Amino acid sequence: MKISSGTIRLIIPAASLALLLAAVFYMQPRAMSYTGLNLLFNLAVPIALATVAQMLIMAVNDLDLSMGTFVSFCACVAATFLQSSPAIGVLILLGAIAAYAAIGVVIHIRELPSIVVTLGMSFVWGGLAVLILPSPGGEAPGWTRWLMTSRPPFVPMAIVASVVIAVVTHFLIMRSSVGVLIRGVGGNVRSVERAGWSVIRIRAGTYALAGFFAVLSGIALVGLTTSADANIALRYTLLSIAGVILGGGEFVGGKVSPIGAVIGALTLTLAGSFLSFMRISPDWQIGAQGAILIVVLALRLFLNRLEKREKSR
Amino acid sequence: MNSARILFSKPWIWSFAATVIVWVVTVLFTGGASSLGLSQAALTFAAFSVIVGIGQMFVITLGPGNIDLSVPATMTLSGTLALKLMDVQDSMIVVGLLVSILLGFAIGIGNYVLIKLLRIPPIIATLSMSFIIQSTAIWTNRGLRIKPPEVLANFTTSSLFGIPNIAIVALILSGIAWVLLEKTIYGRWISAIGQSTFAARMTGIPVDGTRLVTYILCAILASICGYLLASFSGGAALNMGSEYLLMSIAVVVIGGTAVAGGNSNIPGIWGASLFMFLVVSMLNTYGFGAGFRLILTGIIIIAVILVAGGRRANR
Repeated sequence: MKISSGTIRLIIPAASLALLLAAVFYMQPRAMSYTGLNLLFNLAVPIALATVAQMLIMAVNDLDLSMGTFVSFCACVAATFLQSSPAIGVLILLGAIAAYAAIGVVIHIRELPSIVVTLGMSFVWGGLAVLILPSPGGEAPGWTRWLMTSRPPFVPMAIVASVVIAVVTHFLIMRSSVGVLIRGVGGNVRSVERAGWSVIRIRAGTYALAGFFAVLSGIALVGLTTSADANIALRYTLLSIAGVILGGGEFVGGKVSPIGAVIGALTLTLAGSFLSFMRISPDWQIGAQGAILIVVLALRLFLNRLEKREKSR
Repeated sequence: MNSARILFSKPWIWSFAATVIVWVVTVLFTGGASSLGLSQAALTFAAFSVIVGIGQMFVITLGPGNIDLSVPATMTLSGTLALKLMDVQDSMIVVGLLVSILLGFAIGIGNYVLIKLLRIPPIIATLSMSFIIQSTAIWTNRGLRIKPPEVLANFTTSSLFGIPNIAIVALILSGIAWVLLEKTIYGRWISAIGQSTFAARMTGIPVDGTRLVTYILCAILASICGYLLASFSGGAALNMGSEYLLMSIAVVVIGGTAVAGGNSNIPGIWGASLFMFLVVSMLNTYGFGAGFRLILTGIIIIAVILVAGGRRANR
């Protein structure tokens, strides 16, 4: 039987997620229930959306260091304008997506390093968020609250949402012609250009799409937390990058995997719960998260080697 | 005319030009009353950014993807450990410094072991490492705030002929870094690796050894900076390094070092560090609120990149 390399790319993150989940169930059998699963994966939805956004940027060989502040900004808008006057809220968020597209264009035209431009933008988004919500507060719009806390039969909302995100983005990035163009820009810009496509437009579109997913992430986050503050999602920048890498994505070459990215985000969320079940002292929680990251990546290397040995035989 | 053209072809000139403009604008507002105090404060705070920035610059020079995210955690742990060890005794100052250098050495090795053995991209490797370092710092700190030894505290907060001591230390370190970069075979090697790792390997440059030394160097500089910062601010705090993550990257890039690697410059780091501090103090002087201050800082960073940018870069 032949397995494509894309599938193998997926097996490893999926296996590590399953392993971690098994360990959690072993230690805390009560987690193996509807409510338990919901609690375990609740916070994964916004992280998964942010990871998908980061993945899009990484697909065109860039890196977005403003992801955390941007999601925080979107959460602040969602908890204030989107709740009190939806029309203005939607306009602001559309403007933010347009800003993302503009950043993509500027980075391309002036050949600027994306790390630095997004670093600068992270100050801008952070500042805007502070202006909107100087102190923690605001209120989630009713519909996001309803959506994020709804209880579909049999399978918890968090899992349904993760599967929907994974499937939708999989078709968008891996199966549609738009997705091929996006990954093509990451893989070989010149050949895409020679084939007559406008690289500027593709990059603008990719950035806009990433902005769109980040906006969704902010809205989903507010739906869970019911209120927002300007620093609510700062750690998403690093989490989203780690999620993409855990899911088998790479920094260059347009090699990304949407399903893998969602799985990576789930793994990172689960790692947090795993540690609290282990009764590790709070001092070492962050450290153990780092250790888990290392172990998973070591596992991936090990499996990759195994695969290579099989091939050469 | 010709000399002007040479001057403007230097990538670091832009950060210095921007620094001078911001300085003049700030001093104009206060009517010249604060020019000495402002310059001294700028030199002091820029010095910390310079020290971590130099380490980060060496790492970034190694080429695309090379970056050290463990800088803030290293600073925190080094400051915490050193102050705890010195325990307000003046006789332990040198021991504390040695321990923090040793700590940097160990962290640098740890970082590179992860990158090399596990083939993890440096961003993720140093990120995971920083989680572990941060936890160790939390565990050692235990919420206690230990004061630095008095002689050390005096040294870091006073100045010589009007120049803050910290700035002098940073200047000496930059001098050493400049010699390393421009006059030694090691400096040539890291530039070569940054321009093309493959070609460097083919010419027989010990790529792995050079990269190892670079990550160690970066961690040691971060440790020294943490040691000095903790002594300067009268004790270590768990979040004392956090702003230096973005700062260390920002000063390197605004200073004109190519993010794609293979091309670095040290004067630019000084210009960029002074600039970053002065922008914030200028916005403070003009009485902007926190939100506007952040927005303007971001816009100014992007504006500087737009003016100075346009060089070839991969990312």
